[in-house]
Amino acid sequence: MKLREVVESLHLSVRSGEDRLDQAVTGGYAGDLLSDVIANSKAGNVWITMQVHVNIVAVAVLKDLAGIIIVQGRQPSEETLKKAKEEKVAIVVSDAPAFETGGRLYTLIDGSS
Amino acid sequence: MEDRFSHSFTIRGKHFIDAGKVSTEIKRLLKELGVRADIVRRVAIATYEAEMNVVMYAKDATVTLELTPRDIRIVIDDRGPGIADIELAMQEGFSTATSEMRELGFGAGLGLPNIKKNSDDFKIGSTVGAGTKLEITVFIN
Repeated sequence: MKLREVVESLHLSVRSGEDRLDQAVTGGYAGDLLSDVIANSKAGNVWITMQVHVNIVAVAVLKDLAGIIIVQGRQPSEETLKKAKEEKVAIVVSDAPAFETGGRLYTLIDGSS
Repeated sequence: MEDRFSHSFTIRGKHFIDAGKVSTEIKRLLKELGVRADIVRRVAIATYEAEMNVVMYAKDATVTLELTPRDIRIVIDDRGPGIADIELAMQEGFSTATSEMRELGFGAGLGLPNIKKNSDDFKIGSTVGAGTKLEITVFIN
């Protein structure tokens, strides 16, 4: 499944990485503790989080994540967006909370395999 | 003659805007040098955690990356407050992070344990009031 399909199905708004939407999504990982995400997420995962600060970009780059979904309609900081553009990381925003976003993503990915 | 690649980097403490830069550079370098993806990933996790510790607690640090056909060695030598009780700092869940850092998702108390888990050999030495030195080795085969 491509990130684009996730964005469309979950009605997410793309804040950076418009040109990264054809990336394959292998699954998801949800968490707000950066050490947990860096240790346990897998390459190609989308990361569901409510963190919006600039350091989320490095985590996504280091773990080759397919993108970051920020939940609860929270907006990435300007610094975050700037860094995400430099590093070509897709950041999308979900208006729904993490539980709902994760549930929908799980159903979508599970249903497609 | 043995093939050896070596490179040094500097991390600035409290400079959150660039936090993760050195680990990202190391990851890119290793990838370019053709190191296997799973090894690059382990090194990336270990160096990221070490880098964040420097950014959160220390003044600055010198990072040395050394690559031989056998292993990757990363030494992070910081000027900072040091760690009084290393055994305690190595325990999962122990953290001295401030509430501001925790709100940003740091300070889970997983940094040093994550480094150890992703290293084949890990050494840590510290002098309170002077700094901390980490030596991380990851075998290539």
